[in-house]
Amino acid sequence: MSNKHVFRVEGLVSGYENKTIIHGIDLEIPENKISVIIGANGCGKSTLLKTMAKLIKPTEGDITLNGKAINKYPSKQLARTVGILPQTPVVPDGITVADLVGRGRFPHQTLFSGWTKKDYEAVEDAMEFMNIIEFANLDIDELSGGQRQRVWIAMALAQQTDILFLDEPTTFLDITYQVEILDLLTNLNQKHGTTIVMVLHDINLSARYADHIFAVKDGKLIAEGKPADVLTSELVKNVFELDSVIIQDPVSATPLVIPKGRYYVND
Amino acid sequence: MIKLKSDSSPLDKNDRHVPKHFSIILLAGFILLIVTVIASLVLGARVVSYQELMDGLSFQNVDSYGANVVQKRISRTVFGLCCGAALAISGVLMQTVTRNPLADPSILGVNTGAALFVVAGISFFQISTAGQYIWLALIGASITAVFVFGIGSMGRGGATPIKLVLAGAATSAALSSLVTAIMIPNLYAMDQFRFWQVGSVGSGSWQSIIIFIPFLIVGIMIAFISAPALNALALGDDVATGLGVRPGLLRAFAIGAGVILCGVTTALAGPIGFIGLLATHSMRLLVGSDLRFLIPLSALAGAIILTFSDVAGRLIGSPGELEVGIITAFIGAPILILLAKKSKVRSL
Ligand SMILES: Nc1ncnc2c1ncn2[C@@H]1O[C@H](COP(=O)(O)OP(=O)(O)OP(=O)(O)O)[C@@H](O)[C@H]1O
Ligand SMILES: [Mg+2]
Repeated sequence: MSNKHVFRVEGLVSGYENKTIIHGIDLEIPENKISVIIGANGCGKSTLLKTMAKLIKPTEGDITLNGKAINKYPSKQLARTVGILPQTPVVPDGITVADLVGRGRFPHQTLFSGWTKKDYEAVEDAMEFMNIIEFANLDIDELSGGQRQRVWIAMALAQQTDILFLDEPTTFLDITYQVEILDLLTNLNQKHGTTIVMVLHDINLSARYADHIFAVKDGKLIAEGKPADVLTSELVKNVFELDSVIIQDPVSATPLVIPKGRYYVND
Repeated sequence: MIKLKSDSSPLDKNDRHVPKHFSIILLAGFILLIVTVIASLVLGARVVSYQELMDGLSFQNVDSYGANVVQKRISRTVFGLCCGAALAISGVLMQTVTRNPLADPSILGVNTGAALFVVAGISFFQISTAGQYIWLALIGASITAVFVFGIGSMGRGGATPIKLVLAGAATSAALSSLVTAIMIPNLYAMDQFRFWQVGSVGSGSWQSIIIFIPFLIVGIMIAFISAPALNALALGDDVATGLGVRPGLLRAFAIGAGVILCGVTTALAGPIGFIGLLATHSMRLLVGSDLRFLIPLSALAGAIILTFSDVAGRLIGSPGELEVGIITAFIGAPILILLAKKSKVRSL
């Protein structure tokens, strides 16, 4: 089984009802790499991610996985290759951690197989990977926001897809956990070659953890490439309408964006 | 098969996916079921003796009055069990699909739709047998469900839970005023309808059971088949779609099964409230929200509660009887309030 997949988007136009949000995007997801989508609030990052994961039907354009349109795959089969963790999932009350993580196994189960040994193992592995074994039998309601987020990611991991879309997996997390989650995702990428595409708001952590950056503005892709090549103060100005100075991150030697506001600027 | 084990040790990992004490709850359920069934056969306006019970069960001495009573009670009990299980499963399905913990078949207007058609049948076509009620009620329930589903699907995001509930409540209100409007000028219909409306399993004959069974089987099968996908749907449409579920299709299926189960029960026994809420919420407290376990246990609980209520109605109303719909409302309302107060009623 190979985890090499060509995932390509061409001329994508998409949105809601009669409101177009994505205005013609072409891209190819770098396989076995971590890509990060950056852009201002409301520019269409989530919409792009959701359209690529088939949660929204595009109005125009093609999205293909290995040359075949994603809507031509049976939905369960696609869900064994492409997984998504949306920005704000619904948390049902009264569900245990193990139960929630286990629901990520749905696309691997058939009516007659039910739960197999592989399912149990995948759930256990995912929980171990996200360090939540100790909570396994607790109710989700009993967890903190950060612990909960790890449970959701574990659910996505239990799905064991080669391509994983994550919409802001680090929201609600303090800096320690943000770094921890990104480290864990990097582990996943290095260990299993999982292709990860995620939306992150922290541009400096994006620069550090991304192999590839997609910069989106007003529903268009305006730059992409290695963080070191893409993240310039012009781009930051263009995407976020923010003046900044770019220096080198002393830890990772990746670009570090220092924002300039109206105050506290020494000349 | 599930091992009989009182406590899941953290070492046995697979146990994490079976609710705590599941096998014990199941066992307790079956014991309660047997007790309830025996009570239902023995108790009532006339308490039968052991000898009469045995005669009735083995079809001996059928001319004796006692054995005869037992035989009547057999069909009544089987009918009650079927109704209880059907209403409970219908409740779980509706609650899951609408993501509304208080969703009862009535929430989608299904009961009222069934009632409207039955009333119209009684008033305009002088209909009065179970075989005719059932089709009218089913047609009424289905049309209403389709209508509510249609309205609920309009606009952004398809059939979202909140839109379904609103459409159901509005439709239900409109239809019940129609029911009243048809009934008021027609005394005969009012009498017929009043009898049907309270909800009773006393009319449960083998004939109605035979009509019931195929619908029950279809409904239960759909419920079981869709349980894992409904589990995914509980995490929201987006997550569910990402897991390979097609929410629209799944909702239509699950609501279809819910409508069939509740429509048939309503047709044969009249509208019986609270079973869907009582059975599912008590079981949700015990085993959590995994539908693979919740559906069968709720069915069991529904069957027990309804049959038990029927027995209670016979005892309290003796020498006549109180309709089971009155009893379930009496038991149901306070228990629900109690559950809600403990704020442990789990939403979805
Ligand atoms: N379900 C929806 N229906 C209609 N419009 C929507 C919906 N979701 C988002 N939008 C609109 O689409 C636009 C893009 O939203 P999107 O969620 O893709 O932005 P985003 O880049 O992810 O923003 P953020 O950084 O705040 O998450 C916004 O203007 C938003 O108002
Ligand atoms: Mg977003």
